[in-house]
Amino acid sequence: MAAADGDVVNIFGWLTDPANWSGSDGIPTQIGYHLLYSAMALLVALAIAVPLGIVIGYTGRGEAVVAGSANALRALPSLGLLVLLFLVISPVVTGQLVYVLPTIVVLVLLAVPPILTGTYAGIQNADPDAVGAARGMGYTKRQILVRVQLPCALPLLLSGVRGATLQIISTATIAAYLGLQGLGRFILDGRAQANFSQMAGGAILVAVLALLLEFGFAALGSLVVSPGLRRSTKNVPSSPATITATA
Amino acid sequence: MNWISSNLGRIVDLTVSHVWLTLLPTAIGLLLALPLGWWAHRSGRGYAAIVGAAGLLYTIPSLALFIILPTILGTKILDPVNIVVALTLYTLALLVRVVADGLGSVPHDTVAAAEAMGYRSWQRLLLVELPVAVPVIAAGLRVAVVSNVSIVTMAALLGIPQLGSLFTQGFQLRLFAPLVTGVVLCVVLAVVFDGLIILANKLATPWRQRTATS
Repeated sequence: MAAADGDVVNIFGWLTDPANWSGSDGIPTQIGYHLLYSAMALLVALAIAVPLGIVIGYTGRGEAVVAGSANALRALPSLGLLVLLFLVISPVVTGQLVYVLPTIVVLVLLAVPPILTGTYAGIQNADPDAVGAARGMGYTKRQILVRVQLPCALPLLLSGVRGATLQIISTATIAAYLGLQGLGRFILDGRAQANFSQMAGGAILVAVLALLLEFGFAALGSLVVSPGLRRSTKNVPSSPATITATA
Repeated sequence: MNWISSNLGRIVDLTVSHVWLTLLPTAIGLLLALPLGWWAHRSGRGYAAIVGAAGLLYTIPSLALFIILPTILGTKILDPVNIVVALTLYTLALLVRVVADGLGSVPHDTVAAAEAMGYRSWQRLLLVELPVAVPVIAAGLRVAVVSNVSIVTMAALLGIPQLGSLFTQGFQLRLFAPLVTGVVLCVVLAVVFDGLIILANKLATPWRQRTATS
């Protein structure tokens, strides 16, 4: 017990030591790198998964394939995939890219399934009454998609993006295994130097970053989604059921 | 192939550890999720609290949890117990909601019929509601066990031996053989566990019908 108490004090000491909060390998820099890799992967994943999800949700084709491969992807271990990709591209790719590319690809593979599922499920679950009403008002298919189905899909899409972001932030620690920066640096260097405080400090920072983003997404959800819902109930004053449902 | 035959003993050892580190927490997590999920299903406030706590727990990255747990448990960083406890927590977080929702999905008519037949509340739970909820729980269990197979490999970054150790070895030696072996074995384990749960779910269905008619 005394040892455990000592550890907690040391972790706190490491986290509050001003020396760890400055310089090119300090905590703010590593958080910055961690967020940089994560943002890159998230942007690529969004660029792939949202259009694909819209097509699948709109046409209803390819859903079984996506559901099946999402499950198979879950079984693929990220660490194994990372090293495998690195070994495959290392003879042909040079410079920093040989480390960055496998990291981003692994993170994108984790992020695509939840965003894809959220997008197509959101489009498919868009209120049929709202879609029918838009059609009755003379909206073209494109207008229905952009002005009705996508806003209705936003809550599920956002929850997919939230899941994807958390996966990315958790897994971006393995970038350090290939020698890149990020919060995984503290964990792996701490392990190599038997510096438990640094290791646990890094672990706590990753966990806090994940929790902060989780809360951030909850706030973003209520900011972006609920005005949309309120607007849609205002536009349909003839339907008291929808108003009481959201009130 | 040469590498595999000369390292066969080690590969088998790592696979056995991997199976233990995956199945033990999955089983404990399921056993804990059943009563907790039942409680969450029964009390509305309990549901919100448990689902909220489970969601927060799920956001903590696995590697971080492997490292933070020793300070709480007083274990060594290399102790496999940390992995078992961490994966038990993840499994519990995932399944507690599934069990509550599964029990909630039991048709009201079925519950009412059991009540009319004179089942006591615990009999109704064990003989009627739980068996009817089995397919929903099995679906959640499939996600949990497949995720656990790949999360275990992260422990290789700390040096705890299991199939993930083949990845770190492959990186250090710049060798494809251990890497490919490790990835393939992970996928095979996931497919086998997934298939076993599907099979168990099918076997559970006739048993459910027999108790319902007896």
